[in-house]
Amino acid sequence: MGRAKKPEDVEMLKGTLDMLILRTLVMGPAHGHTIAHVIEHTSENVLDVEQGSLYPALHRLEDRGWVSSYWGASENNRKAKFYELTAPGRRQLVAEAGRWRQIVEAIGRVMGESLD
Amino acid sequence: MNLKRFFIKRKRDAELVREIEAHIAHEIDEYLARGLSSEEAHRQAYLKFGSPRRVREAEWEFNTLRFFDDLWRDFRYSARTLWRTPGFALVAVIVMALGIGANTAIFTVVRSVLLKPLPFKDPDRLIQLYEKSADNRHLYNYVAGGMYAAWKKQAPSIEQMGIYGTRSVNLSDNGGELPERVRYAGGSWDLFSTLGVAPEIGRFFTASEDSPQGAATVVLTHSLWERRYGSDRNILGKTIQLNSHPYTVIGVLPPSFSYPDPHIQIWTAIFHEEDPHQMPRADVHNYFVVARLRPGVSMAQALSEIDTSTKRVHMSHPTPFTANGANARTLLDGVVSEARTQLYILLSATTCILLISCLNVASLLVSRAASRRKEISIRASLGGSRLQLLREQVTESLVLAITAGALGLPLAWLGTHWLIHARPDLARVDTVHFDGAVLLFGLGMVVLSGVLAGLVPGFSFLRGPLLESLQESSRTNSSGSSMARLRKILLAVEVGFTVVLLTTAGLLLKSYQKLRSLDLGCETRNVLTMGFLLPDVQYDTPAKKSAFFSELLDRLHTLPGVKTAALATTLPGQGYGGDQSFTIPEHPAGAQVGLNAMMRAVDPGYFRAIGIPLLSGRAFEDRERLQAGQSSIIISQSLARQYFPNENPLGKHMRVTIQKEANYEIVGVVGDTLWSLTEPAGPTMYFPILSGPWWWSSIAVRSDQDAATLALPVQKLLAKLDPNLPVSDVLTMDQSIDKSTLDANFTSMLVLAFAIIALLLAAVGLYGVLSYLITQRTGEIGIRIALGAQRSAVVRLLLFDGLRPAWIGLVLGLVGSVFTVQFIRNMLYGTQPLDWTIFATVAALLLLVAATACAIPAWRASRLDPVQALRME
Repeated sequence: MGRAKKPEDVEMLKGTLDMLILRTLVMGPAHGHTIAHVIEHTSENVLDVEQGSLYPALHRLEDRGWVSSYWGASENNRKAKFYELTAPGRRQLVAEAGRWRQIVEAIGRVMGESLD
Repeated sequence: MNLKRFFIKRKRDAELVREIEAHIAHEIDEYLARGLSSEEAHRQAYLKFGSPRRVREAEWEFNTLRFFDDLWRDFRYSARTLWRTPGFALVAVIVMALGIGANTAIFTVVRSVLLKPLPFKDPDRLIQLYEKSADNRHLYNYVAGGMYAAWKKQAPSIEQMGIYGTRSVNLSDNGGELPERVRYAGGSWDLFSTLGVAPEIGRFFTASEDSPQGAATVVLTHSLWERRYGSDRNILGKTIQLNSHPYTVIGVLPPSFSYPDPHIQIWTAIFHEEDPHQMPRADVHNYFVVARLRPGVSMAQALSEIDTSTKRVHMSHPTPFTANGANARTLLDGVVSEARTQLYILLSATTCILLISCLNVASLLVSRAASRRKEISIRASLGGSRLQLLREQVTESLVLAITAGALGLPLAWLGTHWLIHARPDLARVDTVHFDGAVLLFGLGMVVLSGVLAGLVPGFSFLRGPLLESLQESSRTNSSGSSMARLRKILLAVEVGFTVVLLTTAGLLLKSYQKLRSLDLGCETRNVLTMGFLLPDVQYDTPAKKSAFFSELLDRLHTLPGVKTAALATTLPGQGYGGDQSFTIPEHPAGAQVGLNAMMRAVDPGYFRAIGIPLLSGRAFEDRERLQAGQSSIIISQSLARQYFPNENPLGKHMRVTIQKEANYEIVGVVGDTLWSLTEPAGPTMYFPILSGPWWWSSIAVRSDQDAATLALPVQKLLAKLDPNLPVSDVLTMDQSIDKSTLDANFTSMLVLAFAIIALLLAAVGLYGVLSYLITQRTGEIGIRIALGAQRSAVVRLLLFDGLRPAWIGLVLGLVGSVFTVQFIRNMLYGTQPLDWTIFATVAALLLLVAATACAIPAWRASRLDPVQALRME
């Protein structure tokens, strides 16, 4: 019983998930389910978050102090754990986004394509 | 952070489960909203999420610390294994708890008494100075006032020096109320500054107060101030009475000050107290001298200076009673010298017990490891590392040790309190406390014994092939033989320690028995004693003193229950009582140097009353009072033998100075008495107590039944005669002997108890090893019996094998004892360290116990049914 993978599925680049989560939380606190969906939707379903791996990543971020969490009621009135960006998290996001851009530009130059 | 995660990972896992549930619920909501059936929505949601279990596992692993996890697993594993063999665990834990408890308790006392510095300023610069008696018999002798004066001038490497002496005194309030007898010390004005102590309140003596003409002043110890005066700060400037003389209280010592011992309650100025004619003399040895070294100066340097000074004094006063050498030791040594040997003996004994208990546990673990050999081999072949196996073994013994510690440390606390209670006479025992450092020591012992007991069996994993035992077929009879060898070695060492303990205990016990069986030279059963002294204010003439003694004797004789009553300045077994030099007019003057004897004053009926035999001549007579009593003297047998050899001393004279120099005619010779149980009887002179110059005495009353019941009537009688007369040391003669042999009794009994424990452990060990060996060799024994071996031959074979560790250990222990008993040489009375009877008894006892321990399994083996034994495989 395999999972039906769409051909345009992109393997989430290792390490980028943290950045994507932080980026998602810029908009405000959210619980795991929302985060997964926001990433999928904003990437127009190109980035298919493996939902299971989202939670270890969230907890890792929390351990590092980049997000904080609390239990609250979700939009459809269920109890859910909400994650919120902290000040160090915000700084981390800026740093990581900068590094990401550098890498993408570097790769682009190697591939000989301009990134517009 | 990691540690925190490690400890709360269970909680975090539970939270993750809730989180995942919430996520999936949201997902299902979404699918339902899209119109999927409930079942399909569930399916899709789970499909989308992936395996919740895998997420949880990933998270769990992330939160795990390998090391702690392994440790925790080992720990649980060990606890479970031990739980499965509760008998083994219980024995091991109790034995170890005893070792840890006893050792920690003794360490607590050793630390407070021997190791902690005295509560003075720069205590390492404080030393105590002594004279060496001219005959070198007393290495640390009292110091004469004249000698102290000379040292003070001639020792440049000593910064400051002070002198003190101790005595008993009648203390009462200003009007003579609340009289009590207390120990007091006279100290020079510079003694306290030498020690570096400041008064708690008030001040110490000034130099002018410390002189015969000075004002009479006292300094109270903190304990007396608290007990008698309720810590009243207004005590300063108040007047109290010592022997009916008024003294002004000028200061109180701090609570930490209990020098030279806690019995001293009051300090006076020594030069104000002592006879001004006696103080400057170099041949009257009464005092102790404390000195503070200049910074950077060694004790040896100071000693050489005072030694030279002593020799100079000796040259200018060449009497046989002037010391010709000096001695010094640290002040702490001076205080604790008597306690040291005893405490170190006990510490060694308890360390022995701890070691033995570790060896025992190690031996038990070895046997367990042997029975688990197959399991261990399988684990090794499946990739278990040797180090991990070792770690497991150490963890197991640590679990035992920690449990033992949990039991042993409270035991140590109890033991310490018992020790304090049982030995109030021990120096500095008032400073003994059970504190953090002691706890740390106890924990150290726990870890040490745990690791020690675990490493020994554990090391067998580190060397040699592990897989061998898998190939060992059950019929090869060498199986586990290396384990057995290890156990035998451990056992031999254990037996060795036991033998050392047994010989030490035996010697101490024999010495104590010798002490107790000593004859004081007088009747000691049903004799009650107490002391008192007559203040020279009320009893200012010889007639008054003599009359009091006479009246007291008459009344004592008529007291119901009193069989005989006697007075003596010093009773047998109750101290030295002072000595005096003398000459014999009938002997050539030139040959008489250094003649000296102890002196006592006694009443006419004394010798008969307490059973000292009159050997020749007569006792004092009732008429020998006052002037009439100042011409006769009675001597002891040893004096007669030493100074009147081959002649009849009766009718001869002795020239002695009591108040003034005079000739005394020898009217009787009496049997020797001992002044101290551990000292030889010395030449003694007796004077009539009714002759007048004597102002203190001990009462001895003999009864037909328990003399202790006479204590109250006698005290009431004294109070009727003079209500302001306090008594001291109300004890029966037996009690006072108990008191003076308390240390010998205590040490020998404790060491004996430890030795018996050790012997029991050794017996258990021997029994265990042989039982184990026999289990290992069941097949072989079965074959032997099947082939016709005599059962007695089997028993002999096994006994020989089982006893080997015992006799090897015995030889080791006896050799070890020869060296160790040298350390207790000065604790022994009338017993040689190499007493062969003790060594032989110990050897016989050990072999007997060992043979008994081995005989049981050997006998059981000889009853084996060969068929069954062979089938067992």
